[in-house]
Amino acid sequence: MTILKVDSVSAGYVPESNILHDLSLELNEGEIVSVIGPNGAGKSTLLKTIFGLLKPKSGKIQLKNEVISGLKPFRIAQKGVSYVPQVNNVFPSLTIQENLEMGAFIRSDDYSDTMEEVYTLFPVLKERKNQKAGQLSGGQRQMVAMGRALMLKPEVLLLDEPSAGLAPIFVSSIFDKIKEINATGVSIIIVEQNAKEALKMSHRGYVLAMGQNVLDDKSDALLANEEVGRLYLGG
Amino acid sequence: MEFSGISSYVVSLAIMAGIYAVFCLGLNIQWGYTGLFNIGIAGFFCIGAYTSAMITTPMPSGIYAQYVHQIFGLNLPFVFGLMGAAIVCGVVALLIGIPTLRLGEDYLAIATLGIAETIRLIFNNEQWLANGPRGLMDMPQPFHSVVSPQNYNYIYLIITVIAMVIIYFAIEKAIRSPWGRVLRAIREDEGSASMSGKDVFNFKMQSLIFGSMVMGIGGALYAHYTKAISPSVFTPLYGTFIIWVMLMAGGSGNNKGAILGAYVIWGIWVGTKFVTDFLPYTLQSRAPYIRFLIIGILLEVILIYRPQGLLGEEKKISKLLD
Amino acid sequence: MIELIVYGIVLGSIIALGAIGLTMVYRIVGFANFAHGEFMTGGAYVALFVVTILLPWIGFPDSRFVPLSFGWRMVIAFPIAMAVVAILAIALDKILYKKLRAKKSGPVILAMASLGASFIIRMTILIIWGSDYIFYRPGLMRPALDLPLSVKIRPDQIFIFCAAIFLVILLHLFLKRTKMGKAMRATADNTDLALVTGIDTERIIAWTWAIGGGLAAAGGVLYGIDVQLHPGMGWNFLIPIFAATILGSIGNIYGALIGGFVIGIAQQVSTAFLAPTYKLAVAFMIMILILLIRPQGIFGKE
Ligand SMILES: Nc1ncnc2c1ncn2[C@@H]1O[C@H](COP(=O)(O)OP(=O)(O)OP(=O)(O)O)[C@@H](O)[C@H]1O
Ligand SMILES: [Mg+2]
Repeated sequence: MTILKVDSVSAGYVPESNILHDLSLELNEGEIVSVIGPNGAGKSTLLKTIFGLLKPKSGKIQLKNEVISGLKPFRIAQKGVSYVPQVNNVFPSLTIQENLEMGAFIRSDDYSDTMEEVYTLFPVLKERKNQKAGQLSGGQRQMVAMGRALMLKPEVLLLDEPSAGLAPIFVSSIFDKIKEINATGVSIIIVEQNAKEALKMSHRGYVLAMGQNVLDDKSDALLANEEVGRLYLGG
Repeated sequence: MEFSGISSYVVSLAIMAGIYAVFCLGLNIQWGYTGLFNIGIAGFFCIGAYTSAMITTPMPSGIYAQYVHQIFGLNLPFVFGLMGAAIVCGVVALLIGIPTLRLGEDYLAIATLGIAETIRLIFNNEQWLANGPRGLMDMPQPFHSVVSPQNYNYIYLIITVIAMVIIYFAIEKAIRSPWGRVLRAIREDEGSASMSGKDVFNFKMQSLIFGSMVMGIGGALYAHYTKAISPSVFTPLYGTFIIWVMLMAGGSGNNKGAILGAYVIWGIWVGTKFVTDFLPYTLQSRAPYIRFLIIGILLEVILIYRPQGLLGEEKKISKLLD
Repeated sequence: MIELIVYGIVLGSIIALGAIGLTMVYRIVGFANFAHGEFMTGGAYVALFVVTILLPWIGFPDSRFVPLSFGWRMVIAFPIAMAVVAILAIALDKILYKKLRAKKSGPVILAMASLGASFIIRMTILIIWGSDYIFYRPGLMRPALDLPLSVKIRPDQIFIFCAAIFLVILLHLFLKRTKMGKAMRATADNTDLALVTGIDTERIIAWTWAIGGGLAAAGGVLYGIDVQLHPGMGWNFLIPIFAATILGSIGNIYGALIGGFVIGIAQQVSTAFLAPTYKLAVAFMIMILILLIRPQGIFGKE
């Protein structure tokens, strides 16, 4: 069943010009979908638009048959979507624990169970829970950012380049964590530079260029596609 | 008699508004064209007035020397007073620009505010400099022997208007030059002005100095008009705030607007006096506060409902580029 | 000299109360609030109203905690003054700054609006109370205690220091322990991420004004207890609190606290060499010095 549907959306940062042109994308329940494409293709812009940070100028976005385009980010968050931005995605002067608490800001119920789950997923965060997020390494920060997003118990998780700037050993461990999160039933859209790795763990993939759909297919098919390989997967 | 009373009143009003228009023009260079947030106009006002006063008056001698102290007295003609005022204000602007123009725009604001307060304190406390709180008097007025004293203000009105017009055209010319175009580019977007930080700094500095020199001339014009200055004149209210309201009312980035704003707001300011005259006697002593309250509220209304002012900004730069 | 340093600490604790609020507003609301000094004045005069008009009117007994110069009336007036100014600050945001934010006006326009607000507040106070110097309790002898090292200090001044420290500790606990306090720190850290996390930033802004206004009011009342009240008092604090804010790095509350003490001590110690009226210029010179050698302040990163 489709959980999130982007339907011919055009959007941009200034009134005159659009970055996304007539873009469509679907995410099915339980899926991981990768979005790949060259720098400046509009991948981050797509996630921002889904999360309500940009308003689509045309087209619509649906979450489980409910139109969410035009809603404020915190409304969309309340409906079960979490978003991890590409950069500046932790509160540096807050401790790890406090970062996670902020993730649950809009929850009024008891979230200690969720926090335990996050700590189980990322044990290293529990060890350092009173350390300031600004002092962590890139990989650990990424874990804090994801943990913060998970505190909402989202049904849909939007990840913008979670492996950017990480050492190779951390890349695979982050990807393992993403698979673990997915296994708990969270549907995920992941934007990645490490396109090959991302496609390997995802069910389907979308190729974007200049703000438009170029191709979408099962991940295996994209990985096997020679042109995609040459243009976007680095050989 | 009645008529001449009114007309001399109107003339004095026009002179003060004209002097304020000079300040507005100076501020317009800084804020309107460059985006420099100077809230210490009173400091330049003060320095301009005192500098011109001391350039044009003789050193007190004889019995006066016991009562009046001033660091120098050159007894030079009025024009030298104006020039000296401009130069000294330019130097002060340079000094205040060095630590602040590289930083965010609000640092300049805080620094100019501080310098204005400090200047006032210095003139108030240092007797030897310019006679302390009692201030200076009897600044010479040019052409004062041409007409009878009660008609002198007509001459001074002409002088003020000439000064204002010359400054107006000087700024218009500068703003239409390539130099002015760069200023605008800096104000619009510092980053993409395709210039090094050093260039941006230099252009801002030039604008700050230019505007402050104009303010110095305004201060000089004031000193020779009132013929009596003391530190208590150059308060943030009369020396800074009202000038900002004038420029915002007229339209920043527009020299005609700067002049118009000065006349309109000065007119309103004087007009409110007629209103507060109707207040009961017990409230009369509070009248100036009520008038300033009105001016303060006026600024907020302008900022919210008509930030472009009466005339709005002239788009002269893009016209030239097309 | 030691005595001057002690007086400096007293003055510094008042400056710090202003600077902490200023630095929070600067970071979270995003502009230099030139009306912050008037929040201090406003607080002092609200307390004056409560102490000399409201409480006598309802027949609240006059008392005095000897050797301090005030009594129960001031104890009641103090929080009322803080609350009134907090509400005033929020109201100002709603009727003025929020409108400008909605129009996407830049920080300089907001700063200019705050300059206008400062004049409006000052003029209102002048209209109501006039321009006289006023004491909370006129005609009271206020003997000083003799401390070791030949330091003479009035009991009021010890109270001022303790009250300021108490408020700072309260603020510290609020920011570290409560959900709203943590959300405020998060917003100060990264407003965009706070928005993404679902934090309602307008609510955070209201809290920031309330805290900033309340602390400034407290500073004003304490200054009134220490010296006297005057409609220009807050304006004279503006340069020192900005100097303290910049010295302690904009946005850093503990920096503002330390900056407040540094500026206060420098101002008092300077009276050994300079006329006391130059205190304000001393704060200004320190600020210029910092801008020249370390514009990001002592706690700022390169
Ligand atoms: N805040 C912004 N304001 C204006 N334009 C922007 C903004 N952010 C991005 N852009 C522009 O939008 C286009 C798409 O940017 P986007 O960040 O979506 O690309 P991306 O595919 O995520 O690239 P990358 O791989 O570098 O992250 C680029 O041309 C960029 O310059
Ligand atoms: Mg991106």
